[in-house]
Amino acid sequence: MKKFSLAWAVGVAAVLMSGNAMAGKDLDAIKARGSLICGVPTGIAGFGVADSQGKWTGLDVDVCRAVAAAIFGDSEKVKYTPLTAQQRFTALQSGEVDILSNNTTATLTRDTALGLDFTAVTYYDGQGFMVNKKLNVKSAKELNGATVCVAPGTTTELNLADYFRAQKMSFKPVVIEKVDEIRAAFFSGRCDVYTTDASGLYATRAANVPPPAKSDDFIILPEIISKEPLAPAVRHGDQQFEDIVRWTQYAMLEAEEYGINSKNVDQMLKSDNPTIKRILGVTPGMGKALGVDEKWVVNIVKQVGNYGESFDRNVGAGSILKIDRGLNKLWTQGGLQYAEPIR
Amino acid sequence: MAVETLGSVQRRKVAPWNDPIIRGWTFQIVVIALVGLLAWYLVSNTMANLERQKIASGFDYLGREAGFEIGDSMISYSPANTYARAILVGMLNTLKVAGLGIVMATILGTLIGVGRLSSNWLLAKICECYVETFRNVPLLLWLFLFYKLISEAFPGPRQAISVLGSIFLSNRGLYFPVPVADPVHRWMGVALLVGIAGAVVLHRWAKKRQAATGQPFPSIWAGFGLALGLPILVWLLGGAPAAMSWPALKGFNFEGGTVIQPEFTALLLGLVLYTSAFIAEIVRSGILALHKGQTEAATAIGLSRSQVIRLVLLPQALRVIVPPMTSQYLNITKDSSLAIAIGYPDLVASVNVTINQTGQAVENVLIIMAAYLTVSLSISLFMNWYNKQIALRER
Amino acid sequence: MADIPAGEQRRQLAPPVDHTGVLGWIRKNLFSSWGNGITTIVLLAAILWLLNWFVDWAILRAVWTAPGGSACRGHGACWALIHEKYRLIFFGTYPYEQQWRPLLAVAVMLAVLIASGDRRMWNKRLLAIWGIGSFATFLLMLGQISIPLGLILFVALGIGGLGMLLRGTVADAAEINGWRALAAVGALGLILRVIGVLPGWSLDIAPFSYVETGLWGGIPVTIILASYGLLFAFPLGILLALGRRSQLPAVKGLCVGYIELIRGVPLISLLIMASVMLPLFMPQGVSFDKFLRAQVAIILFAAAYIAEIIRGGLQSLPKGQFEAADAMGLNYVQKTTLIILPQALRVVIPPLVNTFIGFFKGTSLVLIIGIFDFLNAANQAMVDPNWAGFPGEVYLFAAFVYFCFCFSMSRYAKWLEVELNRGTRR
Repeated sequence: MKKFSLAWAVGVAAVLMSGNAMAGKDLDAIKARGSLICGVPTGIAGFGVADSQGKWTGLDVDVCRAVAAAIFGDSEKVKYTPLTAQQRFTALQSGEVDILSNNTTATLTRDTALGLDFTAVTYYDGQGFMVNKKLNVKSAKELNGATVCVAPGTTTELNLADYFRAQKMSFKPVVIEKVDEIRAAFFSGRCDVYTTDASGLYATRAANVPPPAKSDDFIILPEIISKEPLAPAVRHGDQQFEDIVRWTQYAMLEAEEYGINSKNVDQMLKSDNPTIKRILGVTPGMGKALGVDEKWVVNIVKQVGNYGESFDRNVGAGSILKIDRGLNKLWTQGGLQYAEPIR
Repeated sequence: MAVETLGSVQRRKVAPWNDPIIRGWTFQIVVIALVGLLAWYLVSNTMANLERQKIASGFDYLGREAGFEIGDSMISYSPANTYARAILVGMLNTLKVAGLGIVMATILGTLIGVGRLSSNWLLAKICECYVETFRNVPLLLWLFLFYKLISEAFPGPRQAISVLGSIFLSNRGLYFPVPVADPVHRWMGVALLVGIAGAVVLHRWAKKRQAATGQPFPSIWAGFGLALGLPILVWLLGGAPAAMSWPALKGFNFEGGTVIQPEFTALLLGLVLYTSAFIAEIVRSGILALHKGQTEAATAIGLSRSQVIRLVLLPQALRVIVPPMTSQYLNITKDSSLAIAIGYPDLVASVNVTINQTGQAVENVLIIMAAYLTVSLSISLFMNWYNKQIALRER
Repeated sequence: MADIPAGEQRRQLAPPVDHTGVLGWIRKNLFSSWGNGITTIVLLAAILWLLNWFVDWAILRAVWTAPGGSACRGHGACWALIHEKYRLIFFGTYPYEQQWRPLLAVAVMLAVLIASGDRRMWNKRLLAIWGIGSFATFLLMLGQISIPLGLILFVALGIGGLGMLLRGTVADAAEINGWRALAAVGALGLILRVIGVLPGWSLDIAPFSYVETGLWGGIPVTIILASYGLLFAFPLGILLALGRRSQLPAVKGLCVGYIELIRGVPLISLLIMASVMLPLFMPQGVSFDKFLRAQVAIILFAAAYIAEIIRGGLQSLPKGQFEAADAMGLNYVQKTTLIILPQALRVVIPPLVNTFIGFFKGTSLVLIIGIFDFLNAANQAMVDPNWAGFPGEVYLFAAFVYFCFCFSMSRYAKWLEVELNRGTRR
């Protein structure tokens, strides 16, 4: 009896230690292919936009680059597929993309009925409204009877209807799929109001206003009418890949929490702090448990940066959007970004 | 020589693999088996994939709350209604666009087709240019062009162009006044149907009388009078309610009256102009197919120009025109699905949003295909019946 | 009696001035009656006014080159936008330095299509032209092709089998043996490959860098989708048309069901079905390239329309042809391939060219599922906020390009119809 249980315990321990217990087909396919296929927005400044050379930058893009850095050690091993709101879920369900990092709000229906899993929240956002200053509107409660531009197949559409119903106001929707055409309709005056996540409104106002109009001609109303936790999504079924994505995001947050950034990563490797040694893989074990190289966090932080750097570069003070960290500050500074510990 | 009756001659005995009947059956069984195998393969893969990804199945979602608003609806709709009602609204919009498109494209196409045969060289050339231009550019491109022009050319609602103080044209659409709904209108509708039925009966009676006695009767004018007069009579009897709903600018948009939205206008304009080019060609080839002698003989017996067209040319041309016209009508119905590209909420647009919100692709695609098949088959059936009516009845 | 004296020339009176020459033509065609005259004047006025406005906007006040959109505002047409973005419109997001490859691929495809239109090529040379042309096109667009051994053997088996079937009774022994040998090599090789004796080798041809189909865009996508859509739909359509005329009820029922189903639904619904449901039909792990999904949807859609056209051609053949073939003792395959199809196909070529024009325009619908054909690429050119606000110019340019292609094809169809009917006109 004793021998049996000892052997059994050793066997279980061996299996657990091997780290390959839950390797799924998705991760195998990604590794075999040698690159990650990432579903990104079609063109939201700060989150996912391609320049004329075809190079993608943005907060959502950085998540994919970090995951590629974790799996392959090279953040450039990513192929980007721009997807509209209508195409994104079928693209993920069908296997066209491995991960959807597309300013997608995590909701119950999407988590259950659509066959997706959401990982950690990249950006805590909320839905807002943008109007032309000429309309002299100061609050969303004055929008009764307005024409509103909105994209179909989004939580935006549903929240809009709920808000107006709750406020006993009515509105007329103009429903267009492509985000460029919605913007064109709003800026040409076809609709009075443009509604989407507040981050998207800031991005549009900063980067997409067609001359001769200027960014200052438009204001974003103070009401935030919903919770929009934007998180990457993967398919049901591959636990290991899902874990890698989630822990990549936590790694970036942990790095910022402990002061590791892309410039001082090499010095930090020599640090004595046991937590930092564990995060950076100097103390081995974390990488193996995930099924990636022990230097995974080093690769992520060196090539993509920590969460704060990524935020600043794409949507914060170092970008044209200049969005305040707000809810996206670390918990130590009163915000909502709280990473589970890497141990 | 004895006459052999059918079935009395013995069939030659051949080996089973050369017997055509056995070969026929074998071939059919093989084909059905292959198709069945393919279907089973696809269906089992689909079920396995749906199960693995935990996507819901079944049509229960139709009873759930839709949650999204629809911009242009013929029946009352709010986000609290079910998905089924949202899809119904889309279906009605499709039928509205298709119906109006068919009528307007036929009229415009016939005019242009006849114009191409005009003796005026300039008119003929202009019609030819029209046909060539619209036929050689994709419909989607015309839709985009018209929609962009309409939304960018017209001013905002606060600077709307107003006609007579009650009709307003802006980039939100064309607003005009309509009568307020009143019970009398339902009776007027009934009276209209009765009037049309009465006009048809009158026409039949007039033709019989003319065949028997030779006396003509102005049945067309009388029929018009009946069809229009009865509803007006009912309206007068009902107290002549004349309350109108006037559009007025309140806040952001106009309230009251009714509106033709830019999306609808762009879609209808694109469909009508594009399909009328094809119909013009069909009408022209129908008229050209007629023997010149028909026109000459008809004028020789003293018929006026309009009588020649109505009694001699049109019935014969219709036989050539109706079959290709059927396919053009079907094309208008199917092309109305392009509404999704410019934001008009037709059937495909509604179902697309439903696919997105519920994730159930298979059921929704089946709904789209079933709906379009029903409409197409109805149009085909009606046109085939009409074709049989006007076909040459040979002995 | 007043005779005309012999030898004197009769005086020829010229017809009235306004009955001949330019004036005569104007009188007859433009002013033959009061109604016509008024129509002419009104139309002429309208045309001149329109032309004046258009020439002013599109040529006289137009801006031909400019550094940014703001320089264009307040003037006429902004052709500078086209000048700036024409490569994006024509080739989409294909890598910038490699865009000579889609340009060359388009040239090859156009050459193949034009050669197919020449009647002197309507024999076995057509197969060679299409084979080489397709290979060159895809090699240029993809950059690297890897052909697995199994595919080569399968194609050998298929071609050998078809050759045996179609040429079975008309070819001499040497040719039939050649087809048999090809089929045998293919079958044997496949069996060996499947059981694992032959290794999994593939022929790698990699002269250029690899460009995946997700980056393709513009004119090459439109031409490829339309041409190969119809090319592969053609044999399928023939089979469907023959099946529909078959006496076997099961086969006839299946073919009628397929044709009526596909013809009753819009292409958009098939494209949506292909992009959303095709992945569900495949076992897990097998993923379909998005471009391939659109191509398959177009092929299935085109097959139904081609089947109807060929059915019309088959119906137009006199019944005597079928009866004579039966009387000569030809079996079904011989009768169809040697007697019926050549005649039927000849009749339906002009409607087939019209179908090709229709599908060339119809490929613009793949915009809905996110593939960058020419129209979608033109849409993308308007996205840049620097150049926003000039939809008219971009759409007019795109319309002009489509018009050039489609108009020349329709002229060709008309010419072809006249050519093919030369023998039948009295």
